[in-house]
Amino acid sequence: MAMKGKNCVAIAADRRFGVQLMTLSTDFQKIFEINPRTYIGLPGLATDVQTLSELFRFKTNLYKLREERDISPKTFSHMVSSTLYEKRFGNYFCEPVIAGIEKDGSPYICSMDLLGCINHAKDFVVSGTASSQMYGTAEGLWEPELEPEELFETIAQAMMSAVDRDASSGWGVIVHVITQDGVMTKTLKARMD
Amino acid sequence: MQMYEEQKSSCPVKVPVECRFSPYTDNGGTTLAIAGDDFCVIAGDTRQSEGYSINSRYAPKVYQLSNGSVLATGGMYADGVTLVKMIEQRLEWYRHAHDKQMSSGALAQMLSTILYHKRMFPYYVWNTLGGLDEDGKGAVYSYDPVGSYEKQKWNCSGSAGHLIQPFLDNQIGFTHQKEKAPLTLERVVQVTKDAFTSATERDIYTGDNLEMFLVTQNGIEKTRVELKKD
Repeated sequence: MAMKGKNCVAIAADRRFGVQLMTLSTDFQKIFEINPRTYIGLPGLATDVQTLSELFRFKTNLYKLREERDISPKTFSHMVSSTLYEKRFGNYFCEPVIAGIEKDGSPYICSMDLLGCINHAKDFVVSGTASSQMYGTAEGLWEPELEPEELFETIAQAMMSAVDRDASSGWGVIVHVITQDGVMTKTLKARMD
Repeated sequence: MQMYEEQKSSCPVKVPVECRFSPYTDNGGTTLAIAGDDFCVIAGDTRQSEGYSINSRYAPKVYQLSNGSVLATGGMYADGVTLVKMIEQRLEWYRHAHDKQMSSGALAQMLSTILYHKRMFPYYVWNTLGGLDEDGKGAVYSYDPVGSYEKQKWNCSGSAGHLIQPFLDNQIGFTHQKEKAPLTLERVVQVTKDAFTSATERDIYTGDNLEMFLVTQNGIEKTRVELKKD
């Protein structure tokens, strides 16, 4: 899940990794840093999550060598979109969420389906097994122009309440709040069941 | 030897025609109930849908029963209407037999029995029963279509149940929060309105109007709020 705030964005995910009802790991990383102002969340098939995260690391490293600058969130999201659509008929099972701060300081969030169709939103985007629960909580809790601290509280509450009502999500939540000054990362203990 | 009988007439071959009738339909909609210390709020939207079409913008599925309880019925509208008719009949029999109104706890158990009696051809209804118990405290009971039920503090079921229930956990149950605001009637009404306006944004089966029943010691107040019509 990603949310916009006032000159800041937040991205959050749970930490469970499991196959249907069997939990295999409780410290699984789904959110990856692309650069200090761009983060990507990759919920879906775990093997594709790791393949894609490595692929994006490779692609953004090449981008940086060639352009001598960090990739912007918007450019990166189109790179992700193309990468997914390249595999149109043998796709990755992953629906990414991207959050970042643009060069001019404006917040940027988007989500994508597994073929790379981008969805831009002015408020928040969600993805994964608890998406309907997250839509409900975020729609109720989010308001415009939130400061970083308020944005953290909003996304944390929305996320924790949502994953508590989904059997396939949980085991703690990780939240990154991205501002122009830097990134604040917090790992939250929620219901560990 | 002739293996197959030849076709004698020039008429088209008769093939059996299969006819099917589905006794169930999902008319969508969302219902919600919250119990307070001395009150109870039962609410539901008034949209009636079938697939992508809207049958009615005002078809209430929350009913005030004659014993002072309120029943919210989600799922199939026709089964909800029938079920309420059956309950009202049983409530009347109870009055004649015992010369008093049925308590909400007794009604809760009776509803479970009524539903389970149709275990093999169930009423396609997700019920939520709200009212005051014998001590005047708010009570909410929620059911599945075959009568398995549970007493709860808050419940939301129906098409936007997945969206609203975690929101209620947060705003009424204060999960993962240190400070717990007192649960006044005003706050519950506000949370109910917020929950439905939020759900209307993301669920196509919820919208048009929100009908709320506020049950207190002084009686039942019915209010209506407009929701988005798109």
